[in-house]
Parts: sequence; C-alpha cells; structure tokens
Amino acid sequence: MATIVVDNQPYQVHPDQSLLAACLGLGLDLPYFCWHPALGSVGACRQCAVKQFRDEKDTRGRLVMACMTPVAEGIRISIDHPEAVEFRAGIIEGLMQSHPHDCPVCDEGGECHLQDMTVMTGHAYRRYEFAKRTFRNQDLGPFVAHEMNRCIQCYRCVRYYREYAGEYDLNAFSLRNQVYFGRSEDGVLESEFAGNLVEICPTGVFTDKTLKRHYTRKWDLQMAPSVCVHCGLGCNITVGERYGTIRRIVNRYNGDVNGYFLCDRGRFGYEFVNRPERIRRPLLARDGALVPLTAEEALKRLGMLLASASGMIGIGSPRASLEANFALRKLVGAGHFFAGVGEREHRLVGLGLEILRKGPARTPSLAEIEKCDAALVLGEDLTNVAPRMALALRQGTRQQPMELARQKGIADWQDDHVREVAQDERGPLVIATPNQTRLDSIATTFRGSPDDLALFGFAVARAIERSSQAPLEDSARHEQALINETARALASAKRPLVVAGISLASESMLQAAAKVAWALAKSNPQSAISLATPEANTLGLAMMEAPALESAAQTIREGSADTVIVLENNLYRRADSRLADDVLKRAKHVVVLDFLPSETTAVAELVLPAGTFGESDGTFVNNEGRAQRFLQAFVPEEPVLESWRWLARAMAASDRGEGAAWKNLDDVLGAMVSALPVFGPVRDAAPDSGYRMAGAKIPREPHRYSGRTAMLANINVNEPKPPDDPDSPLAFSMEGAPKEPPGALIPFFWSPGWNSIQATNKFQSEIAGPLKGGNPGARLIEPPSLTVPRQPADTGETTLLLRGPEPPAGVCLAVPLYHIFGSEELSSWAPAVRELVPKPYVALNPEDAQALGLAEGQIVRVAVATSSPPGQSKDGKEFSLALKLASGLASGLVGLPAGLPDFREPTMPAWVTISKAS
Amino acid sequence: MELPLTKDIPADGEMLDLAAYEKAGGYEALRKGLTLAPKEITETVKLSNLRGRGGAGFPTGMKWSFVPMGPSAPRPKYLVANADEMEPGTFKDRLLLEGNPHQLIEGMALAAFALEAEVAYIFIRGEYVVAAERLERAIAEAAAKNYLGTNILGSDRCLQVYIHRSAGRYMCGEETGLLNALEGKRANPRSKPPFPQVSGLWGKPTIVQNVETLSNVPHIIKNGPEWFKSLSRTADGGTKLYGVSGKVKRPGLWELPLGATAREILELAGGMRDGLKMRGFLPGGASTDFLVEEHLDVKLDFNEVQKVGSRLGTGTMIVLDDQTCPVGMVWNLERFFAQESCGWCTPCWSGLSWAARLLGAIEEGKGEPAYLDQLVYITRFVAPGNTYCALAPGAAEPLQSALKYFREDFELHLSEKRCPWRQ
Amino acid sequence: MCSRTLIGEETPSQDAKMLSPEERQEIEAELARYPAKQAVTIDALLIVQKHRGWVSDETLKDLAAFLGMTVEDLDGVATFYNLIFRKPVGRHVVTVCDSVSCWIMGYEKIRRRLTKDLGIELGQTTSDGRFTLLPIVCLGTCDHAPAMMVGRDLYRDLTPEKLQGILEKYR
Ligand SMILES: Cc1cc2nc3c(=O)[nH]c(=O)nc-3n(C[C@H](O)[C@H](O)[C@H](O)COP(=O)(O)O)c2cc1C
Ligand code: SF4
Ligand code: FES
Repeated sequence: MATIVVDNQPYQVHPDQSLLAACLGLGLDLPYFCWHPALGSVGACRQCAVKQFRDEKDTRGRLVMACMTPVAEGIRISIDHPEAVEFRAGIIEGLMQSHPHDCPVCDEGGECHLQDMTVMTGHAYRRYEFAKRTFRNQDLGPFVAHEMNRCIQCYRCVRYYREYAGEYDLNAFSLRNQVYFGRSEDGVLESEFAGNLVEICPTGVFTDKTLKRHYTRKWDLQMAPSVCVHCGLGCNITVGERYGTIRRIVNRYNGDVNGYFLCDRGRFGYEFVNRPERIRRPLLARDGALVPLTAEEALKRLGMLLASASGMIGIGSPRASLEANFALRKLVGAGHFFAGVGEREHRLVGLGLEILRKGPARTPSLAEIEKCDAALVLGEDLTNVAPRMALALRQGTRQQPMELARQKGIADWQDDHVREVAQDERGPLVIATPNQTRLDSIATTFRGSPDDLALFGFAVARAIERSSQAPLEDSARHEQALINETARALASAKRPLVVAGISLASESMLQAAAKVAWALAKSNPQSAISLATPEANTLGLAMMEAPALESAAQTIREGSADTVIVLENNLYRRADSRLADDVLKRAKHVVVLDFLPSETTAVAELVLPAGTFGESDGTFVNNEGRAQRFLQAFVPEEPVLESWRWLARAMAASDRGEGAAWKNLDDVLGAMVSALPVFGPVRDAAPDSGYRMAGAKIPREPHRYSGRTAMLANINVNEPKPPDDPDSPLAFSMEGAPKEPPGALIPFFWSPGWNSIQATNKFQSEIAGPLKGGNPGARLIEPPSLTVPRQPADTGETTLLLRGPEPPAGVCLAVPLYHIFGSEELSSWAPAVRELVPKPYVALNPEDAQALGLAEGQIVRVAVATSSPPGQSKDGKEFSLALKLASGLASGLVGLPAGLPDFREPTMPAWVTISKAS
Repeated sequence: MELPLTKDIPADGEMLDLAAYEKAGGYEALRKGLTLAPKEITETVKLSNLRGRGGAGFPTGMKWSFVPMGPSAPRPKYLVANADEMEPGTFKDRLLLEGNPHQLIEGMALAAFALEAEVAYIFIRGEYVVAAERLERAIAEAAAKNYLGTNILGSDRCLQVYIHRSAGRYMCGEETGLLNALEGKRANPRSKPPFPQVSGLWGKPTIVQNVETLSNVPHIIKNGPEWFKSLSRTADGGTKLYGVSGKVKRPGLWELPLGATAREILELAGGMRDGLKMRGFLPGGASTDFLVEEHLDVKLDFNEVQKVGSRLGTGTMIVLDDQTCPVGMVWNLERFFAQESCGWCTPCWSGLSWAARLLGAIEEGKGEPAYLDQLVYITRFVAPGNTYCALAPGAAEPLQSALKYFREDFELHLSEKRCPWRQ
Repeated sequence: MCSRTLIGEETPSQDAKMLSPEERQEIEAELARYPAKQAVTIDALLIVQKHRGWVSDETLKDLAAFLGMTVEDLDGVATFYNLIFRKPVGRHVVTVCDSVSCWIMGYEKIRRRLTKDLGIELGQTTSDGRFTLLPIVCLGTCDHAPAMMVGRDLYRDLTPEKLQGILEKYR
C-alpha cells in the first residue's frame, strides 16, 4: 500500500493504479471521460485534472491528469484547488461547445455521464456563442442508435470497439473539433459486442435502439439483478421493467464473470419476454384447440390429472432454474424425474462435469480467462456459442505483450504505452474448429472434422507430456509444427487454458481437452480448462443427475407412466423428433409449463403460463459451476407464475408432501439442499428473503420513480399497495434501504451524483475489483488440487465418434454451424435479434462446391444418409437449401446451421449426401 | 564569418550534387565517423552544445544519450529526419533540403552511427516536391558510392535511408505525431514518457531530429566541438538559419552566428518597406510570442528570447507592420492552429476553434467586450501541461502576446465595430 | 508465434483486381521500406491518388481490400490528412497558401483574383473540370510570399496580374 495525500488528507491506496482510479476507489468525486476501468488511461479528455505538489512547501503546484499519473508513495495532490476546479469546469465547457443540449429528448437523459460530470464540475452557463458543428447520423443496425451531434470526442467508443472488442468497422474520421465516429457507410455494426457502446459512450451518441421503441427513463424503470438466459456463461444483467414489459437489459458488473461487458444476444435478446405470443393464461386442449382456463380451474384440472395418473414422470430443462427443476423432481419423485435433454447431450455434459470435478486443472471464471496467457480452443466457435468468453479470450491474448510492457515498468492501465510496446503482438491462441471463427484473426488455426480436432488435441497432450522435441507419429496427418508449437506455447505459459464444449457432440474432443489440461497441470497448477455449456442451467440440471430423455421414453413405452409434466422445454429442439414423439405422443396426459408456444406446447393437454427470468426468482449454474441467483424484476399479470410456484401449488392441490408447504424460494432452496447436498453452497449465491438492510428491504425502484400514483389511475384512483415479495429481500417499491446492498442484491447502479452506469465505481471495493462484500455467486465445483497426490482418471481415447468404416462415396460429414443470432431459442423471438438471424443454408468449402459443380446461392439438396455413424440420427431427413460458400470450412465437410427458428436441422454430425436440386 | 550550412549551396537554385559536395569536403566527416565509437560521436555532439533547430531547442547530444546502446539494446533502432516544416512563417529547411541534400544525408549517417540505427527515414511534407526529388537523387548517389547501404565503405556499419512523403498535417511535425504518421496511422501525438528515444517507431528506440540540426552534424564531427561553439555568439553552439518574412524590403534567409539580433536580421532584409513601421514580430514562426521594438537587440538564442517572454522557435521571424491588422493576423494564426488540431484533447480542439471564432467575430466588427476576457481565458486553458502536446500551447503564444502588446487594437475593433485597417 | 498485424497476413489480397499493375507495383515497392504493413497506408493512398486524381469510395474499397484492412481503417487515416482528396478534383489542383506570411503579403487579393478568374470559390472545381481551387497551409516559401502551387509546381512572389499567365499554362 502507498500513502497519498489528497487535499491534505492522507489515504492508503494500492500502488498499481492511476491516481484517478485511486481517488474514485476512495469514493472521492473526480470527473473523467476518456478513462474507463476496463480500457485504461490515454489522457485525451483532460477532464480528470488535479493539482500535484512537489512537497508540503509547494503551494503553486501544477496541473496533472490524474488518469495518467501513477500512484506513488507520498504523492500530494489537490482535487479542490481553485485552478483545478476552474480547469475541469472549462473542459466541460469545451466538450459542450457543440453538444446539442437535447437532454429532454435524448435517450441518455437522466443517466448520462456527461450530465453527471457537468453537474459535478459546476459548469452551468455557456459562453460559446457560435454555430455548432453538426453531423449526419448512420443506421448501424437493429441494436444501436447513432446521434453524432451529441459526441464529445472522448474516443472511448473506438477504443472499446477496436482495441477491446477487436472489430474494425467503426473508426474515428477527420480531425479537429469535427471528429466523426462511425462506419464508412450505413450498415449493421459487425461486432457481436457492439451493444456495449451504449454503456461505453458517456453521452447519447450510441443508445439502445430496442429501448427506443418502448422508451422509459432509467428512473422510471423497476429493476432487479438477474442472470442472462441466452447461453451457459451466466453473465450478470440488470433487468429494467415498466408497465409489465421489459424495457432493456444493461450490464450488471460482476468482477468474476462478465465485468463490464455483455454480448449483443444477452443485451438485446430480452424481447422474447414481451412477445404477444406469450402464454399468459392456462390453456386446455379441447377439440383440437387450446382454450383458456383460470388459474383455479387449471390447478383443479392438474390436481385431477395427478390423482388419476397411472404413473407420472417429470421432464426438466436446462433453461429452467434449479428451483423449478427441483420442484418438478419433488412433485414427480426423484426416480421419475428426467433431464430434458437427449442421451447424447446428457452423456457429453456428464463427461464435462466429471472432467471439471476431477481436476486437477480447475475451471476458471471469465475474469480468470481474461488473464490466461495462452489458450487452445478445441471445437468451439466461441463467439457464436459462448460469446462473452470469446471477448475474454481476446483479452487473454494481450497478456504476453503486456508482460513485455510490465518488464519495462509500464503498468497495465497505461493503455497507450502498453499498446506501443506491444504493437500488434498477441499471445498464443490456437483455435481448432471445423469452420473459421471470429477469433481467427488473432489466432493460429487448425481446421478439420471433429475427429481430426480430437486427434489434434491428443497429439498436443502427448507433445506436452513428452519433451516437445520428440518425434510425433501424428505428424503425418496433422502438421507437426503446429502441434509442437501449440504444446510449447501452452507448456511455457504462466496460465494456460484449454477450452472445449459440446457443440460438435464429440466425447473424444472433451477427452482430448481434458488430456491437454491434465498434462499441463502436472507441471503448472495454474493450468485451467473451461467448457462452454449451451444453456443457462445446463450444468445445474446435469448436477441433478437425472436420466436423459431416452429413459423417459422408455418409461412411457413400458407403460410405467402415462402422464408427463414438461418444464420450460421444447423437446423437439433438444432431441430427435421421433424421440420427442415417443415421450409426448405416447403419453396419455401431457402438461407443459412454459412461456412461449412451441411444438411441445402444441401437443400438450394442459399448458401452464410460466414466468420468464424477468418474472421469476431462481438460480442458474453457469459453465464454471457458479450458482447465481436471479431476482424477479416485476410481478407479471396473474395468472403467470414462476414455474416452481405452479409446481408447489400443484403439490398443494394434490396434497403431495413437503412441497405443498413451500411458501417462498427459501423453502424450495432448503428442501433442495437437503435432498441434493451437492447444491449446499447455492444458498450462499444471495442472501435469503429475510435479509434486511437497516431493517428495510431494498427498493427495486429509484427515488425518482415517477407516476406511481397515476400509473393505474385509469383503473383505480386509489394507489394500490405494491405487491409483496416473499422470495427476496427486494421490494417492488421505491422505499427502503437506500444504498450499496450486497453484490447479489444490487437492483441498479446508482449513487448520488452518479446517474449513469459509471456509478458501478461506487459499488466496488476498488476500481475494477470485486463488488463491496464480494462478487456474487457460489462455486459448486472446486476440484482437489494437485497437492493431493493422485492420478487423474483416464477416460481414454476410445470413443472416437466417427471412426470406423469410411463413408460410401459421395457422402460427406455434416457439422453444425452456430450463430450468435439464431442458434439460441429464446433470443430468436426478439425482433431486433430476428433481423440478424440467417436464412437456413448449406455451407461448403468453395473448392468442394466447385468439384460438385455448385455455385453460391444455388439450391442444393441435402439428404441425411441412412448409413449414419453409430449413435447418430437415422431420421433420413431431406432439405433443399441455398448454398453458401464458406472458405473457412474444412474441406470435405458440410455445414448446416444449428438451432435456427425456422429450421430443424438433423442431429449432427451426420453423414449426408449433396446434390443439385432439380 | 564561417557559414558551414549554406556556403556551398549553389546560388542558381540547383542542388549541390555529390561531386561538388565531395569537392567541398563532403563525406569526410562520414569517413571520420566510421573510425569513431558511437559514444564518441554522441559525446562530440554533446560537447558542441548543438541544440535542436526544430523549435524546442533540446540539446541534441543529450537526446542521443538516452537511446539504449550496446548488444542488449532493442533493435532495430530508427533515426528520422523531420523535414515536415509546416510551421507558418518557416522556410529554412527547404533551403537545406533543396540546396544541399548530401549534407543532411551525411549528418543522418553520423547520427545513425552514434545511435547504432540501421534504418532512417526522411519525413518530408508532400508539398516539397523538388526537395523530395533531390533527396531521392542524393540518396541514390550516396548509395552508389556506398556512403549508405550495407557495410558502408567496408566497415561493419549499415544504413538504409528512405523517404516518406507526408499527406499533410501540421501535427505530423510534432515528433510523436510524426511517428504515428510514419506508421501509417492518424497523426495523433503519443504520451510521454516513454520517450521515442526508448520506445518510438514500432515501439523501438527512435530519434527524431530536425533537418537543420542534422545538417550541422557533419561539420561538428569534422571540425570538432570547440570550433562549432566558436561559431556562436552565445552558449548555444553553431550558426543558425535566420529568416524574415512580411513587409520588409528584402525578405530572406541568412546563416548567422547563433545570437544574432533581430535588428541585424532586419538590416539584412533592408528594413521595413518604405512608409511602413514595424509594430512587432514573431521571432521564430507562428507559435512564438510577439516581440516588439524594444526587443530588437535581444540575442536570438534559446535562452535570451525566452527571458523576454518568447521563444527562438524556428528562427524565422514574421514581421507585423503598422498597416496590417494585428487582430487579422492573429485570427489567421489561430484559424490555422484550430484547423490543424488533431482532435485528441479537449482544450485544443475546443479552445482553439473557439478562439478562432472569437477573433473572426472581433475582426469582422461583431465582437463583444467579453470576448477579450474569453480569449485571455483560452490562452490559460491551453497552457503547457493542460494539453496533450505542444500544438495548443504554441497556438496560445501569439494570441496571449498580441492581447498584451496590441490590446488597443482589439478594443478599437470592439468600439468601432469594424476593422480599422479595412476600407 | 501468433504475431498478428492489424492488416491481414496474406498479401496482397486477390479481391483487389481493380488496382492497376503500376499501382500494385508502386505500393509493393513502398512496402519493402517498412517493417509493418500498416505503414504503407499513406503512401498507398498517395499512389492511387496520383493515378486516379482522387480517392473515391470505390477506390478506397479496392485499396482496403488490397491492403487487407477495413474501409474504416483506411478512411480513418485518409480523412485525417489534407492532401488526400476524398472528393473529385479537377485536372489541376491549385493550392493557395493562406497562412500568415502570405496573408500579410496579399493572400486576399490573390484569392479574390483566382476565384474571379476561375469563376469558383475555394473548395470548388471549374465546370470544365480543369481546376480545383483549394487553400493550403504555409508552403515554406514565406520570403517569396504570396505563394501557391498548381499541381506539383510552386509559384512565388505572386501578384494578381501574374495569375492569368500561370493558369494559361495548364490546359
Ligand atoms: C505542432 C508541432 C509541429 C512541429 N513541427 C515541426 C516540424 O515541422 N519540423 C521540425 O523539425 N520540428 C517540428 N516540431 C518539433 C518536433 O516535435 C521535435 O521537437 C523536433 O523535430 C526535434 O528535432 P530537433 O531537436 O532537432 O529540433 C513540431 C512540434 C510541434 C508541437
Ligand atoms: S480521465 Fe483523464 S485526462 Fe484524463 S484525459 Fe480522461 S479521462 Fe482524461
Ligand atoms: S505563409 Fe505562405 S509560404 Fe509561408
């Protein structure tokens, strides 16, 4: 620690930071623009000026930029010195010269960093009397709106977009007071992380276009801490609601997980919640149509069904909370509860879980991934599968160059210096995938079929285990140099990382990844392995250890059950349609709890309207095994209810055991933890409902929440009592404990004078560090470390999926290609996301296409070959699809999009034949 | 009086070609340099008290001594000759480039030896078409004789010299902006430290030196530091190219001992045109403070000019006569600076455009009394240290001094609501 | 391993068939002078401008493809510098120095005469496409102010009377 003196007051601060970060960390108010905790300092805006004095006797001092000045022992500065105060007000005056002062009509108004800083500096009256410069705005696509006249030239947008997110279709043009930040022409921003511009921009140049369509001021939003439902990484989000619809998602800082940034699927996918198609009432199938029921009728009906069922099973879901899954398990009994995924995914996730649990390589948090200085990605197209991890890996590639800078005494936050020393150097990142990925430009790549990739992984593992000099038998098939290089890079890294996942459905690949990680861990305990999981609660569901859908089908086929309750799941997405039919069409009674219609709700007898993440409380377990609580943002109109509450009521209606007595989430959690001790730490994911701050609940609504008395005046002039929240320490109200709740309970970042998201600073124990009281979440998986001497379990290399007889001539292997916008079920319902969802297609390498006499755009017939390899689909489906040439696709492979809303691809990998459509 | 820099420059406007340069003793210093250790060259330059001629006057030898040397130093290292010369009122490097390119190349070679640099660039502004062609030719001539290239004259020294034509911006003259421009980027400046001597072009040690500075080096190496110091009338070594523009009888450029006075220079220029009186002058280009009559006898060297509140700058003075409007002149200057602001730091891009607008309004008779306070305020706002680079503080210099020396002219514009010099 | 420059590794891209062989050759010659590809950006812009007069959006796209940069990368640079023309110019670009010494020595008169004779304002091109008139900063010839350039040729000690004769030379 170092002592710094600020306005004659000594403070103890960490030495490895800038004065600006130190002052903000101390809770002192010092304005800034170009600095950002994740981007570091460049000293452009000059807003953070303070006086620095040589010693006690120096009274004149000199202005320095706090963001550019390192903390040093004994340094003396003044924030309040009149010259510093005048200068900072002058900077605002300068920044405001061409600013339109359109706050009343600006989407940023009321949560604008520029407004806050203006108030903070005291600048009030403009002296500049001349014409303002004006610009033309651009259409940047469905997510981000552009209003360049508001720009204050802080350069944060391009620094974030180019240097942090690594996309180059946004830039600064021209110079002087006319710098234009935009694209060369109108068009959709290419970065999958462009939405962060909305928070990066300190004023209203880049704003949320989806919010614009149902605009609400920040202070009129009812907000709650939540967790993103659009992949398995569990980024923390803040949900904002007004009048029963979600208006927007913003980032919720969690120093261990997403830090300051989200991906665009996470930020803009929320609109599925507001869809008119939402199931808002219980529905009963009658004469081929679904007719609405009241909640009472529905429960009565359900009670009757349950009472008369001759055998009942429950099917859980990887996108439903632990609590909902557990409630269903409770209702049907542990032996009758099935995971809502097919055998293959079940096995793969189980293997992944085993790898993470056994260790010794530990699974890192996203924040730790950002610090990994060498990485191997096996099989995953991360940007499209686990997007935020791709952004984290991108930062990881800066670690080795940063080390060069550190050796020169340059701190990580000295952004321009680091970049100057690093130039375009990148640390090693090796990506082995069937198709090109969005990280390729900063990576060394290896292309091949899933088997090739697995073999590559095994070869790397062997090269690490032996000395890297040893000759390699695999070298004939796979470039020896690359294998050696990869092995060397990983083995010599400080914090090497292996990433894999299940998107190619290859157990061998998981085994290969584990082998590499274990080989590394033998000599380096910092070695890590991270597995991308597809859905918000994939891992949580897996930890419940329920059998897969095939077993459910078996139970039905055997006749040991005739009633199926499906929880938040469209089985047709997660399993072969024949298997789904086996479960749903053979059963006598099908009950489905869900919030949007699907092929599954279409065959149900009874549908119960479930609450979405915004309308429910619960816990998800992310890919690193971190249990994270999401809290209800608003109470949906009756009879929409959280699934676990429906199930608890069902238990009450049919008088089934303990569940009947559950009053709130804590009761469900308590029951779950005693039934499944593996979930013990889940209760620590957030304080329980009894938690109070200064005796009060934590308000979801800001102090200035307006119209509370008028909101429902058209219905009733008496102001209704706000709904109770039995499940959490949060209140649906603006009254309550004023500030700084524990990390898991922060409904929004707001602090006096800090109305923008920059208020996050005020909630951290140090800048860019953990939230006060620790980052939220409880890890459920901590493998025994290497200090416990033990051989890692060898899962072998035996299950190579597709080895065996060579396919007949003319048959190729189809692999799934993922799309950040399109491959995920829920976000595809959001209109803005939908705009970017590709049309179904078939992809071929251009050379393969040429050999087959096929050209871009041509309609091609794809037929699943009946000779599909073992364990694969025998569906024998056929598709006519437009051909897309994919120069990055390994030759010999066929790419088909995965999970698109209007397209049911075959289970892949699969053997297919390709021919010209007649 | 010795005039090492200019004595050999042909009077007909042609360049001194290689044969003529060699005949005049050219490349002897290079031969000598090859026998010296890098440190000895730097030491000699240090002893000579050569200070940078690009405007800031930093001691050249000292700058070189900051470059990491020896086998462990990062490589490659770079040398850049700054031939951007875009400071308004400055026209001295053009003469050296067009008239005696070999002198610059020899100076660069010696500097490169001193720094163990093996690649050098001449960063030349795009409008210097003739100069660039002649440099091109001179480089080819020198390379043909192995004054450049690999194993220069059989030694183990190597040097490639390349010309980089700029696409035009005043900011490119600022040494870190120049580095970005050379790297093919927007010419925003870089923050210091680290200084280019340690981390410059592509993160490697780099020295940026003005053309005139480098052109002195062969003479220093050839004749020794004492000789060089003896050329000057002050503590700073050597001669200086001094120039005058404005309404004098014979605007021009002269090589004089450092420490010549403005009065001498004006005399060389034949004094003011008939019927005109001098009201003031910018001693060294657009970004220096006005001086007036009483300063005519100040020695024009780095320290003396500073003592009276201005800077030697580039040493090329711009004269303001009594029939030219001082407000109009300052408006012209500030418009230039506002236009050339790179747009990186707030005080500069906002303050200078504001100042230019205020001056324009005053000049056009639309000024308000408050504008003068605002102008004074802006000069403080863009003071050294407040901005990222020296462009904006430089812009403040003529403005703040004009407000001091020509205040009544500003006030006349305000009270008469017009420019008194315009019909 | 894995050192990557901003510009892609594979030089030069196949997509840039639109660059002429001369342009390619000249750019490649410049490339040899720098350790990093990005450095050639400005030279490349000047080279294509030399051949095409100005840098159109299409030219920018061709060149960006050739250099393996995004159009934004390239245009961010192009729009910073004043000698890169992003709008069409006439066959001869007349650049008149408007900086301080020339201003003192009669820039206004020169400008007035030029705009009158050519019938265009600063920043405009004559309707016959012959001349574009642009202001320029100090040309470094202040002892012979006022000054201007036509294309690559410098004219000094200008008087309004001399202009006609000078422009006559450029057909
Ligand atoms: C805005 C600005 C423009 C400059 N332009 C030039 C220039 O055109 N030529 C030059 O030699 N130095 C110029 N300089 C000074 C350089 O930054 C640098 O100090 C100089 O090239 C160092 O060389 P010297 O020590 O030999 O003078 C400029 C400085 C600033 C702040
Ligand atoms: S914070 Fe700081 S100097 Fe500093 S320039 Fe920005 S933010 Fe500015
Ligand atoms: S001011 Fe015009 S050439 Fe210098």
